[in-house]
Amino acid sequence: MITSDEELRIGVYVCHCGSNIAGAIDVEALTKFAEQLPHVALARHYKYMCADPGQELVKRDIVEFGLNRIVVAACSPNLHEPTFRRAAEDAGLNRFLVQIANIREQVAWVTEDKQEALEKAEAHLAAAVRRVAQHEPLQRQFVRIVPRAMVVGGGIAGIQAALTLADAGREVILVEREPSIGGHMAMFDKTFPTLDCAACILTPKMTAVKLHSNIKMLTYSTVESVEGSVGNFRVKVRRKPRYIDENLCVGCMQCIDGCVFTKAKFPNAFDQGLGLRKPVWIPFPQAVPPVPVVDPEVCLQITRGKCKQGCVEACGERNAFRFDQQEKIEEYEVGAIIVATGFQAFDPSVIPYYGYGKYPNVYTSLEVERLLNAGGPTGGKLVLRDGSTPKRVGIVHCVGSRDANYHVYCSRVCCMYALKLAHLVREKTDAEVYNCYIDIRAPGKGFEEFYNRVQNEGVRFIRGKVADVTPVAGQGTTAEGGLVMQVDDTLLGKIRQINVDMVILAVALEPRADANEVRREFGISCSAEGFFLEKHPKLAPVNTANDGVLLAGACQAAKDIPDTVAQADAAAAKALMLIDAGQIELEPNTAWVDEKMCSGCKTCIALCPYQAIRADEERKIAVIDQALCKGCGTCVAACPSGAAKQHLFADQQVNEELEGLMNYV
Amino acid sequence: MSGEPKGKLALYWAASCGGCEIAVLAINEKILDVDALFDIVFWPVAVDAKVHDVEKMADGSIDVCLFNGGIRTSEQEYMARLLRKKSKVLVAFGSCAHEGCIPGLANATNRRGVFQTAYHETPSTENPEGVEPQPKTQVAEGTLHLPVFYDTVRTLDQTVSVDYYLPGCPPEADRIWDAITAIVGNTLPPPGSVIGAETTVCEECPRKRNEKKVKKFYRTWEIIPDEETCLLEQGLLCCGIATRAGCGARCPQVGSPCIGCYGPNEGAHDHGARMMAALSSMIDSTDPEEIDRIIRDGIPDPVGTFYRFGLAASHLRRAKTADGNGSLAKK
Repeated sequence: MITSDEELRIGVYVCHCGSNIAGAIDVEALTKFAEQLPHVALARHYKYMCADPGQELVKRDIVEFGLNRIVVAACSPNLHEPTFRRAAEDAGLNRFLVQIANIREQVAWVTEDKQEALEKAEAHLAAAVRRVAQHEPLQRQFVRIVPRAMVVGGGIAGIQAALTLADAGREVILVEREPSIGGHMAMFDKTFPTLDCAACILTPKMTAVKLHSNIKMLTYSTVESVEGSVGNFRVKVRRKPRYIDENLCVGCMQCIDGCVFTKAKFPNAFDQGLGLRKPVWIPFPQAVPPVPVVDPEVCLQITRGKCKQGCVEACGERNAFRFDQQEKIEEYEVGAIIVATGFQAFDPSVIPYYGYGKYPNVYTSLEVERLLNAGGPTGGKLVLRDGSTPKRVGIVHCVGSRDANYHVYCSRVCCMYALKLAHLVREKTDAEVYNCYIDIRAPGKGFEEFYNRVQNEGVRFIRGKVADVTPVAGQGTTAEGGLVMQVDDTLLGKIRQINVDMVILAVALEPRADANEVRREFGISCSAEGFFLEKHPKLAPVNTANDGVLLAGACQAAKDIPDTVAQADAAAAKALMLIDAGQIELEPNTAWVDEKMCSGCKTCIALCPYQAIRADEERKIAVIDQALCKGCGTCVAACPSGAAKQHLFADQQVNEELEGLMNYV
Repeated sequence: MSGEPKGKLALYWAASCGGCEIAVLAINEKILDVDALFDIVFWPVAVDAKVHDVEKMADGSIDVCLFNGGIRTSEQEYMARLLRKKSKVLVAFGSCAHEGCIPGLANATNRRGVFQTAYHETPSTENPEGVEPQPKTQVAEGTLHLPVFYDTVRTLDQTVSVDYYLPGCPPEADRIWDAITAIVGNTLPPPGSVIGAETTVCEECPRKRNEKKVKKFYRTWEIIPDEETCLLEQGLLCCGIATRAGCGARCPQVGSPCIGCYGPNEGAHDHGARMMAALSSMIDSTDPEEIDRIIRDGIPDPVGTFYRFGLAASHLRRAKTADGNGSLAKK
């Protein structure tokens, strides 16, 4: 049903998209089909509608033939809807009287049979023509952007992004799950290929974060929920209790000495469980903030309600302990969010033939990082479980990477960190080191040179995948007598057994176990392997499908520190661009209430996620605040009387679109 | 119309209960005014005229036909077509003609299912020979004919074009009088309109309303609702939120939830879908299992609850039955 009095004159444009569309769909037949649809005044096809001449065609026809509705059958509206809306507006037509029929992604690219493709394209086109007939002119809407960003994850990616934004004068909320920022980089000893000390280059940045007046750092905290949309996100943050007041603690660490546990006896997760800690603890000496945290699972005061509280005594008049601290939820308004939640190391215990978890001297690379680190559990001494220094060390590359059973992708950093570990092992122990690799991948700046250097240092390279790791025959399963790596040396063309007393597994980088929940909370997608999906792999590498949510670091894909830092700065720049625009244009797809039909039943009020609906008690109707409405459509779907309606998604528009589709399928 | 020749009025009764016929009389003494304004040319329940009398009338010679009942037999379809042809204005009178009403619930099954229940399974039925109605029966005197019983109940406007709709099961006397006044005074809305309010029953309901959060649905016999608060908020499945106003909220005023007999309000298309969408957003739980339990325990018969009056007119129209006889085909 056409409600408007004016005569409808719809112009239809079928795009060839080079051969993208024209190669799969008979565009001439589609144009002929369009000509006979109701109210179609003119139908054309053209090689590239999005190019200037294509847009000019639309503009000229609007003026010359008095077209008052435009349908472009082309690619996804995500790509060129704005282009054609602008073209229509340039020619004096309201920009919302344009509809796109997506015949590229939804038809041409996914339909092999030409006849079937034509019929599908006809259905899409008919749907768009019937829909656009119902469109009404709408006004563009702008909303203010909250000039503040949130960075989720306090590893090197989050730290870099937060500092860049803060240095540009913008407020930043940095949320970190662990008691300290620093992430994986804080665990490393040296970094490839320059062998900078990780702590030396990271800790100044960590301190800068803490001291920066524009950064509010929320450690030991997680994002509970994200509401709102680009420019106006409302994020709830769950703050776990430290049982120590961050503002009163001066970081003297005397409480740790004072704890009634005289010996540390609980595994420190930061040290991969190799080191021990007390119930009151700090992950590593340079932690930021330098505030200990009390483990409520093992603290006697918390578990039993009874303890001599040596910690409190040591704290003395600083009086920072708060055993009654509760978890709390804080809410923050931000305009943009950078997700920098990082990766987790692959757990090799699922690969039985490498013996991880079974033979004590099989380690993961991350464990060895901690052993080599001066701040680690051994003070930087590389030792075996029995305290002795290894004499022969095997490094197994591609553990969990490039393996159809685990992750098919290459983790990109393992070759280089395995070379680094080989170098450090040689440097600290003089041990024989065997690197067993499939291919050495050293494509970064200074990487190949580093590979050459490590080769020259006497590290032995064996090209071949390690088949298994077993104890030396007759030595029992504890492997105290050493381990044997069996490897197919593809250069020698024979199977070799190599006796070692330490095996280091160069484990893959993989998405965090909770990546899927995190993804859902932020309204973004994952790619097949589980890392967060960027909007475009080449042209929008830090954006996501959810506008205003940006990605940085290894949560998007396995990457090294330089790439992470570069991406973090890119994300910060995108966030800055958004925030500094001050306002953002919204689709005018807001909901509104038809007062004639509304009887004030109040079904909708509680449903609105943006608190945009209020009840007008006098007139007995619901009223929707257009400035607060985000066009989510919840109230429209729930309204029992159909009084709540939505611009661009009126029942009639959707019904006509469906009828158009159904009539031709 | 005074001074002019009287108008011609017809009333007919198809698949319905007869309540609409009585509702016409509920306008009380005003029926005399109707008689003063119209010659009643056809009204089988009250006036002695036969179908062949109607057949002989000139096309368009009846000014107004108030047609109640849905279409489920060949005879009803014939009469609908005949009266459409003979009438200038055809009014779908009452819920059955408007949207199928209770007879339309038979669209949850088909002819086979209806016959099975009616002629074999009901406890009061004694039918040892398994006799069922047949369109043709041979007897000594010749062939007896019965109308063909369709698989699907259709609304009047799914059969012939309809000019106006008067909703309700049955329509309230005041609304009937409004319609007659509009017809006589020539103040009818545009053809195709429902004669009635645009808004919903809540508009006329004096109960206090709050934001709606429901933890448990009750059936009417399970609780005595308090007299002030919205029945739906108390867990009674009141359809007033999605039902066209016009009845004066008679049911909820006396503590009985609206069952939706006036159908969807203006602009809404599918009464049941509207109700379900609204209720699903009121259930006060985020636990899928609990939500399932709230729905299962509180709404044992969703079709009978949400599509009690509108199944035939809804987007669903009918159920697909296991023997494949669920098509919209007439026979």
